[in-house]
Amino acid sequence: MSRVAHHTAEELADLKHRAPLLRLDGVTKTFPGVKALDDVSFDVRHGEVHALLGENGAGKSTLMKVLAGVHRANSGTIHLNGEPVEVNSPLEAKARGIVLVHQELSLAPELSVAENIFLGSLPTKRFGLVSWKRLNAAATHILDRLGVKFESYDRVGDLSIANQQMVEIARALVFTPKVVVFDEPTASLTDAEKVVLFDVIAGLKKEGTGIVYISHRMDEIFTLSDRITVLRDGQTRGTLNTRDTDEDGVTRLMIGRSLDKSARKAAPEPGPVALEVKGLSCGDLFRDISFSLRRGEVVGMYGLVGAGRTEIAETIFGLRAKDGGEIRIDGAPVDISGPPDAIRHGVALAPESRKEQGLVLGMNCRDNMSLSQLDAVSRGGWLDRGAEQAIYDEYAGRLSLKAPSWRTPVRNLSGGNQQKVVLGKWLGVKPRVLIVDEPTRGIDVGSKSEIHALIRRLAAEGIAVLVISSEMPEVLAVSDRILALYHGRLAREFAAADVTEDALVQAISGL
Amino acid sequence: MTKLDIQSGQAAPRLGVPDRDALRETLQKQGILIAFALFLVGFSLMSDRFASWDNVSTVFRQVSIIGTMALGVTVVVITGNLDLSVGSLLSFATVLVVDLHDQIGPAPAILVMFAATLLIGCVNGLLVGYGRLNSLIVTLGMLSAIQGLTLIYSGGQNVDIADQEGTWFAVFGRGFLLGLAVPTLIFLGLAVAFHVMLTRTSFGRRVFAVGGNPTASAFSGVRRARVVFSAYVLSAFTTACAAVILGSRVMGSQNNVGQGYELLVLSGVILGGASLLGGSGSIPKTVIGVLILGFIQNGLLLMGYPYYAQWLVTWVVIILAVWLDVASKRGAFFTRTS
Ligand SMILES: Nc1ncnc2c1ncn2[C@@H]1O[C@H](COP(=O)(O)OP(=O)(O)OP(=O)(O)O)[C@@H](O)[C@H]1O
Ligand SMILES: [Mg+2]
Repeated sequence: MSRVAHHTAEELADLKHRAPLLRLDGVTKTFPGVKALDDVSFDVRHGEVHALLGENGAGKSTLMKVLAGVHRANSGTIHLNGEPVEVNSPLEAKARGIVLVHQELSLAPELSVAENIFLGSLPTKRFGLVSWKRLNAAATHILDRLGVKFESYDRVGDLSIANQQMVEIARALVFTPKVVVFDEPTASLTDAEKVVLFDVIAGLKKEGTGIVYISHRMDEIFTLSDRITVLRDGQTRGTLNTRDTDEDGVTRLMIGRSLDKSARKAAPEPGPVALEVKGLSCGDLFRDISFSLRRGEVVGMYGLVGAGRTEIAETIFGLRAKDGGEIRIDGAPVDISGPPDAIRHGVALAPESRKEQGLVLGMNCRDNMSLSQLDAVSRGGWLDRGAEQAIYDEYAGRLSLKAPSWRTPVRNLSGGNQQKVVLGKWLGVKPRVLIVDEPTRGIDVGSKSEIHALIRRLAAEGIAVLVISSEMPEVLAVSDRILALYHGRLAREFAAADVTEDALVQAISGL
Repeated sequence: MTKLDIQSGQAAPRLGVPDRDALRETLQKQGILIAFALFLVGFSLMSDRFASWDNVSTVFRQVSIIGTMALGVTVVVITGNLDLSVGSLLSFATVLVVDLHDQIGPAPAILVMFAATLLIGCVNGLLVGYGRLNSLIVTLGMLSAIQGLTLIYSGGQNVDIADQEGTWFAVFGRGFLLGLAVPTLIFLGLAVAFHVMLTRTSFGRRVFAVGGNPTASAFSGVRRARVVFSAYVLSAFTTACAAVILGSRVMGSQNNVGQGYELLVLSGVILGGASLLGGSGSIPKTVIGVLILGFIQNGLLLMGYPYYAQWLVTWVVIILAVWLDVASKRGAFFTRTS
């Protein structure tokens, strides 16, 4: 405070103008058995992007949920524009201009895009009837701003996850908000949509809106943010000006060490072909896909969202019917008509959407992990709890899962830790062929490199692994070979040794 | 770190109340037990006969039919479906077993009745499981279909067993073993078996998974149709067991004995805290839910209220239970609107 005296009058005026728009002080929040936040303080200035960083389970989402009235803190205060305020419900938060774009989608799948955007404040005409004309017009206005390719009357459940995320973002723009919190908004967005989102954020910033931005992607943090606050185990580790620090500095603050960037060991000679796909086609989703996976090999599948990567994986796993082509496992043609067949043939798929496809949210961590291999953990229909516990213990350890106990319902885990349960559920199967779809979505930088190492180790144990990802660094980090997909076609195949980022970008854009 | 509010100079409002969480969690988990205990204490204070061994064992015997049926229905509810056909299925099964008793003898009668009842369960299971039809519509339709079937079978006549003293069939409804009524033993024995099945077998795990998240279960290789099908067969099985108890106790049957039982059974299951959305529920809690219904009925009778008072009180208790559940989840007894 003593340094204030040395400021010039001009600087002081500026400082006053930049006085915090929002301030959280001494926020503590406990859940049964967990101290999620321990005396955390945090502030956001007018027109600032303040990034919130921390490992999975550090308390980022919880802090923001306290701010948005979703959770009630045990203690602490909130000031908005210098005034102490109480925020007891999401509605109250909204009324005060605080908007949270949730990490987990919170949309009503049966309703239209427009209804979802305006939920709780639908424009009405006489007798309280919804004015569909005004509703759709207003929604279209917001959607235009986001440059999306779907219509206001589309059913949300029919949209891709990326587009659902855009609807979630659109909701935040309905009112002129004072503070917008983005909790990992880009986890499932394509690059094109990311650009739009960043434009939107820049626009909000210009209007003086305070923005909190949570992400595990360092490049985004460093392009967008003005300041960075690092949380660790529910405590603030420090707030830094973005321009005074770098990735390594932040990472050390976050996980207490630097990231191990050492080059990975050269893969041993791959074994025989485990999975072979010949001329696989499915409607207009993808056509004539042929590739093979060898034991001991990690193959990356890279392409834009919508290029057909997930659909190929789901077809191999028996969730979609193919209209042409052949799938061979260990050389023999197989007919896979559903996941049980696939699992019997030793194929495992860790799906991309943890909440919808990966987890039974109300079930505990251990039971979720063993759900993919109930036959292996039971004898004559009787569950062997010891075997289940062994799987849980092994993968909770290998993935450094942060959960109060195995009994905790996965619903109560942080997003990244939920993702770890999904991974554990499928890595634990020890299949012949392992397909992981966006394996590190929502996972912090430290665990990410551990998971990459784990995937390579599994390959070294003789599993053929297919990694689907829209993150280039990830594909480059884990793959021995890379399949580039463009519009449902296999555009090119690269050996990891001689791939360049440029060549990859060209291949997935059809150049 | 200073807590002084430099900006406004005002004392800032505190954000919440500590330690409400612990209370809420206990309420949420043990709410049904607490309510049960309160009931017992309340009734024993109001009537000194209430807490007697005689009375308690009477209540157990009385709830044994509904309780037995509730075991199978609990499994169906955990898969995220409903079974409203159990009431008329009970009528059908009881009429069948009683009528056949004198014609082909008790053992064959029981066998035929089980086969016919399970077959109807299979139809429910096929339609809801494999046909993916809405369970409410399927089982509501089945409710009236079975009513028709029962009347066609009996020609509208009530049936009874001629030699009520001389048949060993009487043991299921009227017998005692080690001082306990056989119906109570059947109910509690099946409850233990179902509890073990739900918590210790891979089938039980699949039941919870299918109800909790059908999509994720499919991705995990769980065959939803098969699990739902089995749940309906189990529901028919427990109803068949209840029909044996009922037929044997009454030694006769009207065409509509089971009328309204589907709602009583479902009330017990819901009181036990199973969610109609699926994915949650437990046998011990269902047993307690059913006992609450039984003790309400019994307590009111002891206090001299007419038997139909229990319908009203039961409704109030169910609303209270559901409300308590919702309230403990949201942490307030009313939603505040701002
Ligand atoms: N509803 C809840 N009930 C119980 N515990 C919870 C609940 N929500 C969060 N927690 C716990 O609080 C801690 C912080 O979780 P939070 O979701 O804030 O983490 P996060 O920093 O957002 O992590 P991530 O990067 O994985 O999203 C975790 O240990 C989590 O298990
Ligand atoms: Mg989070």
